[in-house]
Amino acid sequence: MNVDQNAKYMESHEWARKDGDLIVVGISDHAQDSLSDIVYVELPAVGDTVTKGDVFGVVESVKAASDLYAPMSGEVVEVNESLEDTPEVINSDPFGAGWMIKIAPSNPAEWDELLTPDAYAAANA
Amino acid sequence: MLYEPLLFEISKPGRVGVALPDLDVPESPLPTEFLRTEEPNLPELSELDVARHFVRLSQKNYSVDSVFYPLGSCTMKYNPKVNEAAAAKPKFTATHPLQPEETVQGNLQLMFELQEMLKEISGFDGVSLQPAAGAHGEFSGVLTMRAYHLSRGDTKRTKMLIPDSAHGTNPASSAMSGFTVQEIPSDDRGNIDLDALKAACDDTVVGLMITNPNTLGMFEEHVEEVVKTVHDCGGLVYGDGANLNALMGIVRPGDLGFDVMHFNLHKTFSTPHGGGGPGSGPIGVSEALAPFMPGPIVAKDGEMYKLVTPEHSVGSVKAFYGNFGVMVRAYTYIRMMGADGLRAVSENAVLNANYMRVKLQDAYHVPFNRICMHEFVAEGDIIEGIHTMDIAKRLIDYGYHPPTVYFPLIVHEALMIEPTETESKETMDGFIDALHKIAEEAKTNPDLLHSAPHTTELGRLDEVQAARHPVLKYLG
Amino acid sequence: MKFIPNTEPERAEMLDAIGVKSVADLFEVVPESVRFPKLNLPEPLSEMEIMAELTAMSDRNADTFHYSAFIGAGAYNHFQPSIVGQMISRNEFYTAYTPYQPEVSQGTLQAIFEYQTMVSDLLAMDVVNASHYDGATALAEAAIMAYQVSRGKRKKVLVLPSVKPNYRKVMRTYTQGLPVEITGDENPNTDLAALTAMLDSDTACLVVQSPNFFGELEDLRGLADTVHAAGALLVVHTDPHALGLFTPPGEYGADIVTAEGHALGNSLNYGGPYLGIFATTQKLVRKMPGRVVGQTVDTNGKRGFVLTLSTREQHIRREKATSNICSNQGLNALAAAVYLATMGKHGMRRVAELSYHKAHYAAAEIDKLPGYQLLTTKPFFKEFVIQCPKPVAEINTALLAKNIIGGYDLSQRYPERANQMLVAVTEMNTRRQIDEFVAALKEVA
Repeated sequence: MNVDQNAKYMESHEWARKDGDLIVVGISDHAQDSLSDIVYVELPAVGDTVTKGDVFGVVESVKAASDLYAPMSGEVVEVNESLEDTPEVINSDPFGAGWMIKIAPSNPAEWDELLTPDAYAAANA
Repeated sequence: MLYEPLLFEISKPGRVGVALPDLDVPESPLPTEFLRTEEPNLPELSELDVARHFVRLSQKNYSVDSVFYPLGSCTMKYNPKVNEAAAAKPKFTATHPLQPEETVQGNLQLMFELQEMLKEISGFDGVSLQPAAGAHGEFSGVLTMRAYHLSRGDTKRTKMLIPDSAHGTNPASSAMSGFTVQEIPSDDRGNIDLDALKAACDDTVVGLMITNPNTLGMFEEHVEEVVKTVHDCGGLVYGDGANLNALMGIVRPGDLGFDVMHFNLHKTFSTPHGGGGPGSGPIGVSEALAPFMPGPIVAKDGEMYKLVTPEHSVGSVKAFYGNFGVMVRAYTYIRMMGADGLRAVSENAVLNANYMRVKLQDAYHVPFNRICMHEFVAEGDIIEGIHTMDIAKRLIDYGYHPPTVYFPLIVHEALMIEPTETESKETMDGFIDALHKIAEEAKTNPDLLHSAPHTTELGRLDEVQAARHPVLKYLG
Repeated sequence: MKFIPNTEPERAEMLDAIGVKSVADLFEVVPESVRFPKLNLPEPLSEMEIMAELTAMSDRNADTFHYSAFIGAGAYNHFQPSIVGQMISRNEFYTAYTPYQPEVSQGTLQAIFEYQTMVSDLLAMDVVNASHYDGATALAEAAIMAYQVSRGKRKKVLVLPSVKPNYRKVMRTYTQGLPVEITGDENPNTDLAALTAMLDSDTACLVVQSPNFFGELEDLRGLADTVHAAGALLVVHTDPHALGLFTPPGEYGADIVTAEGHALGNSLNYGGPYLGIFATTQKLVRKMPGRVVGQTVDTNGKRGFVLTLSTREQHIRREKATSNICSNQGLNALAAAVYLATMGKHGMRRVAELSYHKAHYAAAEIDKLPGYQLLTTKPFFKEFVIQCPKPVAEINTALLAKNIIGGYDLSQRYPERANQMLVAVTEMNTRRQIDEFVAALKEVA
C-alpha cells in the first residue's frame, strides 16, 4: 500500500494535499485497490460548497458504489474533468492524475484534524 | 454455436415481414406540422429472418426447461405447461381492462378466488393483487404500513428496521416511501440479533422487514419474540414473501403475527420468470391494514364480481389491476395442487435443499449450518486463489446454471443454492457430483476454473468496459 | 405427486442422508402452536378438469375477437403477428430468469439490447432501459428521477390534466412518502400555456402526454427550451404507435420519455402484464432507474452483452438506489422486440396510417349523426371524444347487445364530461365494424 507522505487522510480513505492556498482531494491507494476497477466518478460542480465530513461525490466500480467525504470545508474551485472519460487513472495514479477536486478551504484549521500519513498507514496496516 | 448478428446487421432495404390490409376507408389529410421527418431506423426483415434470429438467440440461453437452475432466492421451479395453455385462452387475453364489469365476470371471478386462496395460504385478512413484482409488492406494503400509522396520528415513525441479510429491495422500497433505514445485524446462527433489535425498537419505528426463512435459508428461531418485540414498540412486521415456497401448509405468516407480506407468484406459484419478468407481487395484510391496501381489488356482491377500492387506500400502484396473465397461471397451479399438494411442495423443497446441504458441506463450507428451509448458502473460496465466480463459471461447463453468487452480502464468497421441489434426486446428485469434481479440479488444475466457461460461445465478459464506456444501443 | 418427482424410497434415502427420521422433523424450528395448519382450499383438480373450469370461467367474458371494440384510454387493440407469440413461447426465453450469468444468457441479453435500440430509434432518445411494470409506473418513476436529478432541491412536478387520470393517480401513490408535489392538473381546463406559466425554481419537471388522454397531439415545439430555461426537465409520455407517423419526443428535446408499450406485440390481457417504456438522455443515464443492457467484449475480444450500470440499482446501492425496481417486464420487452423487427419501419408507419385514417373516418361519420357531436378539434391520432345524447353507460349497454364494446365513459374520471365518450379506432377495426358501430350509435340515441 502506497501512502503519499505529503498528504493527510480521512479514515474514510480520502486524501488531502496542500497546493498553495488550495487543498487537492482524492482517494488513497488503499481505497482504489479495495474498490478494484473504477468505472465512474460523480463529482460536484465548480462553485459548490462542501462541508468537512459530508458527501461530495461517489466513486463506483462494477459492483460497488462508495460515497466520497470532504476532508475540509470550502468552495470547489476545480474539478478533474478528465476522470469523466478515464476514471481508470484513479486506479493507476491515485495520488497524481487521479486527483478529484480542489477546494478553497474556508476553515484552514481543519487541516490539523486530518490523519498524518503514519497514522493512516498504521490504521490500515 | 453460431454467432448471431444483430437485427440491424441483417436488415435489407425493402424487405417486409408483415402483411397488413389495404385501407378500406377514405384517406384524411395528415397534420403536416406534426409529421415525423425522419423514419425510425427499424430493421427491414422477412418473417423467416425474424424467426431464425430469435430461435438462434433463444438457443444461447440456459433455462429451467433445458438445465438445472438452482438460483437461490429465485425459486426456479418447473413451470407446468397447463399454466401457459390456461393463460393463452383468447377469452382471457383479448379482454380490455376498461370493459364494463358485466363483460369480464370470468376475469373478476378468477381474481376474487385467487385473492381468497392466497388469504387462506398465508393467514391474512386482505389481499391486493395489483403489485406487479416482489419489489413492487414491498413498496405497496410499506406505503400501506405508512398509511396505517398516519391514520392513527402516529406521525413520528420514520425508521424501518432491516436485517443485514435482506434483499436490497427492502431498504430501497423503504427509502422510496420516505423512510430511513436502520440495519439490524444477524447472530451467529443466522437469526436476527435479538438484543440489537430490542435496542433499535422505539416509538420512531415504522416496522421490521423480515424475510423468513431468510436469505441464508434459515427459519428465524425466535420468530415469536421478534414479532412481539416489534409490536410492543408500536411497529409493524413486514414479511418478504420471497421464500414462501418453504412454508405452504407448514406455517402461515399471518398466524405468526406478521402484519403484511408480499407473494411472488412467479416463484412460489410456478409462473415462469420470463427472462426477468413479468412477475406478480400481490400483498396480504392483517385486518387492521386492509382498508389501506392499494387497489382496486375484487369484491363479490351477490352473484356479481366487481372492482372496489379499499376505503382508505394508498392509491393505485399500477395503471390497472395487476399482472392478470400471471394470475391465471398461479390460479391454475393452486387449483391443481390443492392443500395437500402445496404442503408437499414445501416439504419436498425443504427436503431437497437439506439433502444438497449435507452432501456438499464437506467440500464447501456452509457458514450457517443447521437444518435449512428451501435453500442454503455455501462458500466458494474453497482453496487459496479460487473464488465463487470460478466455481460458478465452471458449473456452466458441466451443463448447470450457477446458483446465486455473492449474495447474501453477509456471507463472504456466497453460493446460494435453491433446488426447489420439482428436481429429482438424480438431477441433484449430478449437480453435487459436478461440484465435487470442481473442488478436485480447484486443487489439480485451478486454471481450468479461472478460464471457465469453456463450452459457451463467449468467454467471461468484460463488465468493467461495459460500465466505463456504456454502449446501450447499436450505433451502426 | 404432480410436479414433484421424488418417490417414497428416494425421499427415505434423502432423509437418511440428512439424519432425520421424517420430513416433519425438518420443521421443528417452526412454533408448534401454528405448525402444519390445515388449509381450506378447493380439492385439487386434474389438468382436464382445470382446463374445463377455466374455459367455463373465460366464457363469461366478452372478448375482442368476438366483439368489435372501440375502447382505448390507455390500452389498445393492435394487431399481433403470430410470430410474436411463437417466439416468446420458446422455453429457453420464458423459463429463464434475469441474465445474471451473461455467458449463458446471451439470448435474453441480445434481445433486450435490440429492444433498447429499436425503441430508442422510435422515440429518438439516447437511452432506453430494459423496461418497467407498465406505462404508469414508468411515468411515476420519471417524476421521481427528475426530483433526484435536482438532488432533492426541486420538489414540484407539473402535470397536465390531459395526462391519463389513472397514471396521475399512480404518480401520487408513488410519491406520497417523498417531499414531491404533483400539481397543475387540479383545474381540468389547464392547458400547456397555463402549465408552463407555473414553472419556477422549485419545479423538477413538467409532464405532458402526446397524443394526450383525449387522443389529441400536443404542440411540443419550443416547450423544451421554456422548461429548461426554468431549470426543469421535460417529461413526455407517448404512444409508440403514434410515432410511426408523428414527430418523436426526442426531437422536441424531451429529457425523459415514457410510454405504454403493451400494444407492441402483447395482448390486452385485462391490463397486465404490460410494458413500461422508459427513455432518457445520455447525460442523465446514471440517474435512470431500472436495469439496462450494454455491449462489451469477452476474453477473446468477441462482442457480447451484459447487464450494466448496476451501481444505480437496489442490489448494490440499497436505500440510496435510484429506484427499488429489481425485475423488468422481460418477456413483454422481448415480444416488443419481435414485433418491431417484424413490422419494421414500413409496418410501423402503415399501422399508424391505418389507425389514423380509420379513426378520422369514424369520427366524421359519428359527427354526422343527429344527437352526436365530435368534440375533438385539434389534430388527433387514433382516439377522439364525442358528445352523446345520453349517458355513455346506457349506450354501451345497448351496444353490447349488438356485439360491440363501446368507448370509454369519460364521466367516470371527469365528472364535468357527462355523456362524453372517448372512442379508439385502430387497424383492427374494419370499415364494416366502423359502419356497424355508427349505425348502432344512431339506433340507440
